[in-house]
Amino acid sequence: MAKLTVNGKTIDVDAAPDTPLLWAIREQIGLTGTKYGCGVGQCGSCTVHIDGEAVRSCSITVGSLKADQKIVTIEGLSPTHSHPIQKAWLELEVPQCGYCQSGMIMAAAALLAKKPKPTDADIDEAMTNICRCGTYNRVRAGIKLAANA
Amino acid sequence: MTHALDVSRRTFLKSSAVAAGGFTLGFSVPFGEAAAQGVLPPEVNAWVVVKPDDTVIVRIARSEMGQGTLTGLAQLVAEELEADWSKVTWEYPTPGQNVARNRVWKNFSTGGSRGIRESHQYVREGGAAARMMLVQAAANEWGVPAADCKAARSTITHTASGRSTTYGKVAAAAAKLEPPKEVKLKDAKDWAIAGKPLKRLDTVDKLSGKQVYGADLKLPGMLNAAIKDCPVFGGKVASFDAAKIEKMPGVRKVVKVGESALAVVADTWWQAKTALDALPIVWDEGPHAKVSSETIAAMLKEGLDAEQAYIGNKAGDAKAAIASAAKKVEATYSYPYQNHACMEPMNATALWTAEKCEVWCPTQNGEAAFAATVEASGHPAPKCEVYKLHLGGGFGRRGMTDYVRQAVAIAKQMPGTPVKLLWSREEDMLHGRYHPITMAKMTGALDAQGNLVGLHMRISGQSILASVNPQALQQGRDPVTFQGLNPSGPEASFGYTIPNLLIDHAMRNPHVPAGFWRGVNLNHNAIYVECFMDELAQAAGVDPLEFRRRLMKSHPKHLAVLEAAAKGIGWGTPAPSGIHRGLCQTMGFGSYVAAGAEVSVDAKGAIKIHRIVAATNPGHVVNPDQVAAQVEGSFVYGLSAMLYQECTVKNGRIVEENFDTYPPLRMDEMPKVESILMPSGDFWGGGGEPTIAVAAPAVLNAIFAATGKRVRSLPLKNADLRRA
Repeated sequence: MAKLTVNGKTIDVDAAPDTPLLWAIREQIGLTGTKYGCGVGQCGSCTVHIDGEAVRSCSITVGSLKADQKIVTIEGLSPTHSHPIQKAWLELEVPQCGYCQSGMIMAAAALLAKKPKPTDADIDEAMTNICRCGTYNRVRAGIKLAANA
Repeated sequence: MTHALDVSRRTFLKSSAVAAGGFTLGFSVPFGEAAAQGVLPPEVNAWVVVKPDDTVIVRIARSEMGQGTLTGLAQLVAEELEADWSKVTWEYPTPGQNVARNRVWKNFSTGGSRGIRESHQYVREGGAAARMMLVQAAANEWGVPAADCKAARSTITHTASGRSTTYGKVAAAAAKLEPPKEVKLKDAKDWAIAGKPLKRLDTVDKLSGKQVYGADLKLPGMLNAAIKDCPVFGGKVASFDAAKIEKMPGVRKVVKVGESALAVVADTWWQAKTALDALPIVWDEGPHAKVSSETIAAMLKEGLDAEQAYIGNKAGDAKAAIASAAKKVEATYSYPYQNHACMEPMNATALWTAEKCEVWCPTQNGEAAFAATVEASGHPAPKCEVYKLHLGGGFGRRGMTDYVRQAVAIAKQMPGTPVKLLWSREEDMLHGRYHPITMAKMTGALDAQGNLVGLHMRISGQSILASVNPQALQQGRDPVTFQGLNPSGPEASFGYTIPNLLIDHAMRNPHVPAGFWRGVNLNHNAIYVECFMDELAQAAGVDPLEFRRRLMKSHPKHLAVLEAAAKGIGWGTPAPSGIHRGLCQTMGFGSYVAAGAEVSVDAKGAIKIHRIVAATNPGHVVNPDQVAAQVEGSFVYGLSAMLYQECTVKNGRIVEENFDTYPPLRMDEMPKVESILMPSGDFWGGGGEPTIAVAAPAVLNAIFAATGKRVRSLPLKNADLRRA
C-alpha cells in the first residue's frame, strides 16, 4: 500500500511498490486521462507533473514516491479546463485523435510554468512527446498562443 | 437500452453503466421502434434525431480517428438540414443496428480516405429529406402549403403570416411522415456550414482527459488481459507452464487464444502483463523461423527481372523503346516494412455469455468488427453487438479485426465477465499488418532531344490483397499495387503520358502479414516514379519541373497542383544560401497532390527540412481547417517513414519492438508546412492519405540537389549523406 498525493488528494493506493505510477493512476486511482503509449519513457503520452516537473509516469514506480510529492494529472491541471494551454489548444484545434494530447498538454504546461515566454529552441527541447497524427506545428503554435495570452 | 449504447458521447460513464447493467433488456431494439415508444427523442430519419430542446443529433456511420470525418459529415448533414450548428451533436449507430435495419447507414468502413468522398451524397440527402419532413410537419400544423414555408437555423417560418416554430417542436410529427421521394441538394457555392473552417465537434474532451478511448473503457466487474502471440508469424504455442504464474498477484486465469497466442487475465492490466512476462512459454516457431530481411531482399531482387508479371499500365512497346534508346537510364529502389504504430495500442473489450456477445472497441470498420464478433463468439448476428469507441489513431491498422477476435476468444473462456484485452507496445510492433515491402527497377529511354520515349517500371514485392483479402485478387493480380500508376481515370491515375510504357508487378509474398498502411501503395509508388523522374530530367539535362511539364500536357489537374507547389516553394527563383529544393506530384485516393521541399544537408550529412509547400485538389473541401490539419499531419507520417522507420526481420520475427528503435519524427525536426487547397469543384476526393505520398519524394529530390546523392533505399537513416 502506497500513499500518493494526486490532484490535491492524498490517496491510499493498493498496488505493488514496483507498479509504474502510470498504471496506479489508471487502474487503482481510476484516472484514465493519462495514457499508455510505450511503457519505456519514449512517447510521453503518460506525462504528469510531480512537484511541477513533467515526468513520464510509465518510468517511475509507486514505491519510489513519497506521500508529500504533489502529483498532477491532466484531470487536475485546471478544475474548469481553462489552463492557458487548454484554451489555446481549443482555439487552434490542436488535437486530431487526441490520444497523445494529455501528455502534450502536461509537457507544455510544465514548460510554460518555467519559461513563460519560451523560444522555439526551448519548445524543441521540452516537447519531445510523440504524436502519430502529426500535430507538432499546432502544438508549437498553441504554446506560443498560450504564452502570449 | 437503446442509444445509451453510444459510449462515445459525453454521457459515456452514465451510458456505459446503463449498457453494462442493462444487458437483459436486449440490444436488438432499433432506434425507430424505441423512438415510437417514446423512449427516445424523435428520429426524423436514420441520419437525424431532433430533441425537444432543438438539439440535433447527427448519426455518423464512419469512425473518427483524428481525421475530422465526424465533423465533416455532420457539417454536410447540417447544411442540407438547415440546422442551427451551435445545437448540433452526434452519435454512432451500432453495426448490429445497421444489420438489423437493412444497412440503412450503408458502409461503416473508414479507410482509403473514403469517409466523406464515398458518403457525401447519401448523408446530404438524409439531411435534406429530414428538413423537408420537418417543414412539412410545421406546414401541416398551420394548414398551409409547405412550399410557403422556409427553414433556416433549425427554425421554420411561414413567410406570409410570419408564424414560426422550431425543429424540436415539430420533430415528433415529422417522424411520422412519409419520407420525400425526391430531394434536391444545394450547390456547393451556397454552402454556409459545409465548406467552412468550423470547430470540430470532438475537441473539448480531448483536452481534459475525459475522452474515453478503447484502452480507457471501464465496465462493472471487468477484468484485464495481456496477450503474447507467437513472435514468429505462422508459429504456434508448443507448451507453457501456467502453474508458475497462477499465484501471482491478481491473476485469474491463463488462457490459450487460438493455436498461436496466450493471454493472462488479471484484476489489473499491469498485473496481467507482469504475470505474462513471467510465464514460461515454448513456441513452435513454424516454417518461417529462418526468414530474415536478407532472404526477403533476395526474394524480391529475383522478381525485378522475372519473366512473369501482372500488368498495371501499358502503352506502345516499352521494351523496344528502351532497346533503341539514345540514352538508357536505370535505377533500382526499395521500400521497407513499416508498422502503423498507432499511439493507442490495439485493444478490445468483450463480454460473452451463453446467450450473447458484446464487444466495445476502437475500430475503423464497425461492420468488420461485428462480423468478427459473430464468427468468434459462435452466436448468430442478432445475439451480437459492437459498440464503437474513439480511436487513438487508426492509419489503416484498425480496419483489421485480429484483436477483436482475440478479445472474444478470451471472453468466451470467462463467461459472464467483461474482459478488456490491451496489447503492449511490443505486441503491437511485433504483430502489425505492415506496409508491404517492395522494390522497383526503373528503366527509362530518352531520345536524342532528351524526351522520355519509354519507361518500364517493374515492381517486385508484396501484395496487400494477397495477405488481407485474397478473394479480391483479380485472376491473381492485385490492383491495389498500382495506386498512382493507373491509366487515366478518377482514381489513382498516372500523371504522365509516355508513348511506350510498361508498369508491371512480380508478386513476391514473404510470410510477414501486409496491410493497408496510411497512404498504402501510393507511398512507395510516388517515391519510385517521382525520384526517377528527377533522375531522368538530370540525364536529359532538363529542369525537373520543365521535364515533367512536357509529359503532363494531357493531365491538367496533376499539373495544376504541381505548378502551385512549385510556385509556392519558389521554384526557379534563387534559394537562400545552403537551401536546396525538390518537387513532386501524384494522384491517389481521388485527389491530386504535389509538394515542394526546402532542405539543407551539412558537411556531416545531417539533414534539415526547413519548409514544405503542399498543394491539394480534393475536388471539394468540407472543412478547410481539417483538410489543412490532414495535410500537415501527413508530412509527419510520411517524413517519419522516410527518415527512420523500418521493421526488419530476423529469425522470422520483427526486430523493432518499441519507439526507441522505431522512432517517429519529433517536434524539433518538424518543418513548416504551408498548405494550398485548390478544390476544382467537379469531383470528390479524399484528404487523409494522398499527401503522405508526396512527403518523401519532394525531400529526396531536394537532398539530391543538395548532395548529388540519390537515396534509393529507405529509410534515409541508413544512407550516408556526408560530402565525398
